[in-house]
Amino acid sequence: MEITRPAIAGTLESSDAQVTVEPGNGKIDFTLESSVINQYGNQIKKVIMDTLKNLEVDNVKITVIDKGALDCTIKARVEGAVYRSNVQTENIPWGGAVRS
Amino acid sequence: MNPNKKRLRRTMMFLNAQKPALIKDPYIYKPDSIMLDLEDAVAQNQKDVARFSLYHALQEIDYHGVERVVRINGLDTPYWQEDVRVCVAGGCDAIRIPKTESAEDVHRVEQAVIAAEKEFGREEGSTLLMAAIESARGVMRAMDVCESSERLFGIALSGGDYTKDMQTHITGTGIELMGARQNMLIAARAAGVQCFDTVYTNLDDMEGFRKDVESIHLMGFDGKSIVNPRQINIVHEIFTPTQKDIIFAEKVVKEIDEKSAQGIGVFTVDGKMIDIAFYDGAKRTISLAKASGVYKGEL
Amino acid sequence: MINAVGRDIPEEIIEMTGKEVFQGVHYRDGYTYKKDGPNTKCVINNQGSKLVENIHEVLVKCGIKDGMTLGFHHHFREGDYIVNMVMKEVHDMGIKDITICASSLGKAHDPIVPYIEDGTITNIQSSGVRGKIGDAISHGKLKGLAIMRSHGGRVRAIESGETRIDIAFIGTPTCDDYGNCRGIGGKSNCGVLSYAMVDGNYADKVVAITDTLVPFPNFPAHISMTNVDYVVEVDAIGDPNKIATGAAKPTTDMRKLMMADYCTEFVVNTPYFKDGFSYQTGVGGASIASTISLAKIMKERNVRMRFGVGGLTKPMCDLLINDQVDCLLDTQDFDLAAVESVKNLKHFRISAGEYADPFNKGAVVNKLDFVILAALEVDVHFNCNVVVGSDGMITGAQGGHPDTAAGAKCTIVIAPLLQGRIPAICTDVTTVTTPGESIDVVITDYGIAINPARQDLIECMKDVNLPFKTIEELRDIAYSMSGEPEKVQFGDRVVGIIESRDGTIMDVVREVKDFTFAE
Repeated sequence: MEITRPAIAGTLESSDAQVTVEPGNGKIDFTLESSVINQYGNQIKKVIMDTLKNLEVDNVKITVIDKGALDCTIKARVEGAVYRSNVQTENIPWGGAVRS
Repeated sequence: MNPNKKRLRRTMMFLNAQKPALIKDPYIYKPDSIMLDLEDAVAQNQKDVARFSLYHALQEIDYHGVERVVRINGLDTPYWQEDVRVCVAGGCDAIRIPKTESAEDVHRVEQAVIAAEKEFGREEGSTLLMAAIESARGVMRAMDVCESSERLFGIALSGGDYTKDMQTHITGTGIELMGARQNMLIAARAAGVQCFDTVYTNLDDMEGFRKDVESIHLMGFDGKSIVNPRQINIVHEIFTPTQKDIIFAEKVVKEIDEKSAQGIGVFTVDGKMIDIAFYDGAKRTISLAKASGVYKGEL
Repeated sequence: MINAVGRDIPEEIIEMTGKEVFQGVHYRDGYTYKKDGPNTKCVINNQGSKLVENIHEVLVKCGIKDGMTLGFHHHFREGDYIVNMVMKEVHDMGIKDITICASSLGKAHDPIVPYIEDGTITNIQSSGVRGKIGDAISHGKLKGLAIMRSHGGRVRAIESGETRIDIAFIGTPTCDDYGNCRGIGGKSNCGVLSYAMVDGNYADKVVAITDTLVPFPNFPAHISMTNVDYVVEVDAIGDPNKIATGAAKPTTDMRKLMMADYCTEFVVNTPYFKDGFSYQTGVGGASIASTISLAKIMKERNVRMRFGVGGLTKPMCDLLINDQVDCLLDTQDFDLAAVESVKNLKHFRISAGEYADPFNKGAVVNKLDFVILAALEVDVHFNCNVVVGSDGMITGAQGGHPDTAAGAKCTIVIAPLLQGRIPAICTDVTTVTTPGESIDVVITDYGIAINPARQDLIECMKDVNLPFKTIEELRDIAYSMSGEPEKVQFGDRVVGIIESRDGTIMDVVREVKDFTFAE
């Protein structure tokens, strides 16, 4: 998927993550701020990269502010932001590009 | 998946489907069902994002056998069809239809569910339905709603909207809900489905809540919608059968099993005339007792 | 050298401190030593005055100089003005290389961080630190070593002469012109002065600082004029709103209530729960809730408590008001109800030494049946961490945790299984503060684990309807939800030591390193 316009999903509440996607410069430009970066920084990065791969997003500036979210929440926020960027709210490919 | 229309549903806890801290482990409070809400709890501009949160929760969180019901948005909104898709794709146990006023409402959702079950390769019939009644019109047509679908396991009163429609409000006495409660219960029993009472939102008045639950328990409701885990134990306690009831129910079940094998239809237990009509009630008492942790027998 | 809780203590630290490594809770039982004593300047002349104009003058009179050790107490908690007030003056006088020996330091003391950076303060000994000081120490800004010691451990260090306090500054809510200090009355009423009593007895110079000067005699004195050299009156010694808060509203968080109920159910099913039992609990929501639910069961079963200890809050003081306990032993007051309760004749003030010092001839903690504690982390060896955050940053205090845990017959730790994403039950705690041999039971929202060393407790819970699990099962549940946490990346430099209550080294704290992603 193309990231054509900036979009944001999620909140800064505890156990949540706020994900912002913006049009990229031909690659994935990733920034993470996390309250649990020491213990889970690598895991969070992996989940985000896997999710972007599933969505076939490879040109994006993605900024994540994580407040201790579990993997399932991080995935949901990345997908939420990407589909918002595409203004797609219906016929989401559940179980396809969006999968666990 | 094993859709069970008759399972025990004493407590159904509302949770905002897009609050990660709420949906990660509500099973530790041991409700019978949780109700992940896409409707009122989720703001208009978050409807899209909430579905992703719901999908992954349904797919990845182990709810330890607690029933997962999802409340979709109303049929008068642009959201409900995609809500149905994500519910079915995620594999929820049941969908709660809000503001139900007719059998037609249930049929519309049912058609969408059938389509989604096909699309996502789910077994047809695996997604159950329940209907929330939130208006005078809905109460008057409760019987139609109860008989509208094979998938429908029960109806639930939604007191807030109902009382507005009745031009009154929640008083705490229950007087404003009397007619709806009775009508809906009678309809549900006549149709052989379950019936659930509305939420009690004043968390500072736990005594008032207890009284409310005691009265709806005596009326014959199967359970209550709840808004906070603090309410769970109170409901379960009130729905726990007494030892006397349990012993009697155990005798009834055993006797009926034995006597019907011998072809005897009517007999006595503890001096009371018993026939097959007592069987379901006695079974229900035993399953309530089991769920409440007070039955250690072999039934 | 590997110590009794499996921590590798670097040889250079052992050499530098002259300390032994931790070898078990009772290792130094029966140890014999001669107590230290202060250099005392006597007052015979009846014409003199102890009143001094300001902090600057009193520092001059006490002969402040580079390298001295200054004592402080933390009864004013996050409302304390004393440490900042004194250290600003010390800094302005150009003094360097000061050791702060405080019973605890908190966020209220963020303003002293620049004095750590510029070498005014080079050593810190405290129960723990929070806020920016913790951050500064963890980033290696303190020149010397931070020593974290328990409340009992601090008294031991001072009485044994391991730490000599040159000047103690005792903030006191009321004081007369001759130095009789009381924790009661005035604008900054904190109830008791328990942690400062050892400073009064052992510091060479003792300065009382008050904002409420009262006529002589301010009796009964909590710290006597016989120990006090000077008295300084200032505008304010603290912020009353942050010293003793209004009683916390009992929690309505079902997670905490559930853990409190588990705790009470456990307590009442032990053989220690009988007429005449003793009990201590902390100030966390679940601890307070468990006191409330325990009081209810005590009433139902007609069981009376002999004594309660604390760190007191309203629910403990309510036991006294409702005649459910014979007496309370008080080292600190956390809310106004507790401060008010100090007036009760059966509410006794005790010193930190009486409370918890392992190097006297027996402390109150040894007579405890139950203590209910919290923890940041507990590992599968039941070791607890209450000082260092899972991110490696110093962010808490030992307090009386290791003291009460060692003393009580039944030590219960309550912790929610996940703090956000961070598992509270883990394979190895980041830093050991309380050894697993002192911990009997861990209660979480997902289940309860009894230390296998306590087969007696396991036996008496056989038929109790509580969600018992092994500690490993609890860890596995946590990891299954959060994923297994990676170890924090530390630098090599040791910035602090966790001292066991007997003075041996329990663990070391290393400098934190900025996180970098794996390749």
